[in-house]
Amino acid sequence: MVAEHMAKAFDEEITQLRGLIAEMGGLAELAISESMEALVKGSQSLADSVIARDLRIDALEQDVDKLAIQIIALRAPMADDLREVIASLKIAGILERIGDYAKNIAKRSGKIDGREAFEPLTLIPAMSEIAEEMVHDVLTAYAARDSALAQEVMERDAKVDGFYDAIFRNLVSFMVERPATITTAAQLLFVARNLERIGDHATNVAEQVYFAATGDYLGDRAERPEN
Amino acid sequence: MTNKIRRPWAGMTLATVVLASLGAAGMPAPMVVLTGLAWLASLWIPRMGAGESAVRTPTARTDHEALARAAMCAALEQVGLAIVLMRGHRIIAANAAARAEFGAHIVGQDARVALRHPDAVKLLYLADGGSVTIRGLSSSGSLWQLTRQRIDERYWTIELRDRSAEADIGRAHTDFVANASHELRTPLSAIIGYVETLAEDPGRVDADTTARFLGIVLREARRMQSLVADLMSLSQLEAEKHDVPTDHIDLALLAARVVGEFPPGMVSTGQSSGPRVVLLRPDEPNSPIGAIGDTKQLEQMLRNLIDNALKYGDSARPVEVSLARGKRGMAMITVRDHGTGIAPDHLPHLTRRFYRTDPGRSRAAGGTGLGLAIVKHIVERHRGKLDISSTLGEGTQVTIHLPFSSPAAPPASKPASKSVSQPGERVDQTAAPANATLTNEILPGAKAPKAIAGPVS
Repeated sequence: MVAEHMAKAFDEEITQLRGLIAEMGGLAELAISESMEALVKGSQSLADSVIARDLRIDALEQDVDKLAIQIIALRAPMADDLREVIASLKIAGILERIGDYAKNIAKRSGKIDGREAFEPLTLIPAMSEIAEEMVHDVLTAYAARDSALAQEVMERDAKVDGFYDAIFRNLVSFMVERPATITTAAQLLFVARNLERIGDHATNVAEQVYFAATGDYLGDRAERPEN
Repeated sequence: MTNKIRRPWAGMTLATVVLASLGAAGMPAPMVVLTGLAWLASLWIPRMGAGESAVRTPTARTDHEALARAAMCAALEQVGLAIVLMRGHRIIAANAAARAEFGAHIVGQDARVALRHPDAVKLLYLADGGSVTIRGLSSSGSLWQLTRQRIDERYWTIELRDRSAEADIGRAHTDFVANASHELRTPLSAIIGYVETLAEDPGRVDADTTARFLGIVLREARRMQSLVADLMSLSQLEAEKHDVPTDHIDLALLAARVVGEFPPGMVSTGQSSGPRVVLLRPDEPNSPIGAIGDTKQLEQMLRNLIDNALKYGDSARPVEVSLARGKRGMAMITVRDHGTGIAPDHLPHLTRRFYRTDPGRSRAAGGTGLGLAIVKHIVERHRGKLDISSTLGEGTQVTIHLPFSSPAAPPASKPASKSVSQPGERVDQTAAPANATLTNEILPGAKAPKAIAGPVS
């Protein structure tokens, strides 16, 4: 836990910063689940609301930027406070990207034909569930400053990658057999690609959470001597 | 004390002057003295009060507030409902239920960090509080109702009510009809398909194929029959859920009878001719265990459990049924197989209708998907308890606890009302009285005392 700061205003600002990040995270999570629902059910209105809500994520990212810069400029934070601010700045950028991927999935939902008879469409929600859970858990790790959970989320990325490979092969063979479905299948390829990227970005957030909590970088932790 | 309080010189002087002039004006001396004393005393009272409060006011109020808040937090701590206390947007306290659900880290954080969902964030910004229902707040598929209420200008509470279970129940009812029709449709479409083939051109299908097709039709029709039978018993059980059964039965006899129904010999492998089901009595091998229940239902319960154990157990090792007097007046029936076991994830759902851990295997074995749901209902009607435990690779064990009575000897002539009104007198002190009382507790509405009144063998 961060110790109580002598300057109460500083403490308030850090809390506000974390609140903004969490708000972005919540919006990104909802964007993923709703874009997937829109894709599976073919609901244009739901897709539109996902696209519209992305503006709010963008606005929040700007708020985080401003606040983080203001904190660095006025308070000159040190040690874990500085890590917290830097990590928040980076996480905001990543969450904004995640929101964009979800928005992209929502945009593609209107271009899927023959939803009922399209078998690979059942694989994609399963993949999305894993990616969504990664985002959910990494945000919980951020809220709890839980480095162990962050590390666990990173390990889950392999599952999403495995799913992506399976869906890729599945879709390609589907296209070979039924050339009429190429347009739809190509759209779904991009959807799967977006989900795979969301998984990668969840790992990136996990790295930042780990960094903010421990001061170590997860990537080169193995090479470092124990101290 | 006195050195802290400044003497009210001005007031004293004023009092002396006024009193002196009153005395001069012709007031009686005792009255003047009394008034003077009262006046002087009244000068000190507000001073002392003011002196104390001047020193203490801020701390006293904070102490008081902190005390009140601590008392409130202590009172809310063990409440089953998740409740958080907030100052502005920051969570300053969360009770045990809230910490268990959302993690201990939420205390001291911005509420957005704890709740995160856009609808929850919207609720935080509502000026007058309010209530929202949110899907997927803690985990995907969960349903929460959040109510934010104002305490005073700075403090708020949020009450978080988990509605997931209620949503599940509502969904379960609608699912049931859909599932039941789906389950009936599967064998029906097989039957229609095969019969159509046979009927279209009788000459073109050879005798072997005809026999095979008819075999399939018969098997599917039987499956439909058992499914309909299961559905009927389930709806019957639902209907009499609240009537406590009244038959006096001997569980030992009943178990022996049901176990005896299963013929010996390994049908599937044909290797061994040993018994497929064995009945074990670890304690008092031959004594009866009396209980109050519905014979047909208890037989069905045991039959379903043994059926399951045979279907999913290791066919080379027998299914063990054991019967014992457990603690606290409960008889214990255990059915154990040595099969592959069931993954822990499935265990909570096993008693749900049409829930299958492996749908293909269950249907191939002729399962309806209703067996354990029926068992659960029967156990509930008998005020018993059902426990399923399983270890992967070792097997599954189903344990049922049923309240037992003292050895059964139904005294049909005794009027029930009399026994109920004076149960204490009718308890035979040589028979285990603890069991008798427990039976009374467990079956408050039942005619249990009738059994207790009977002679003890």
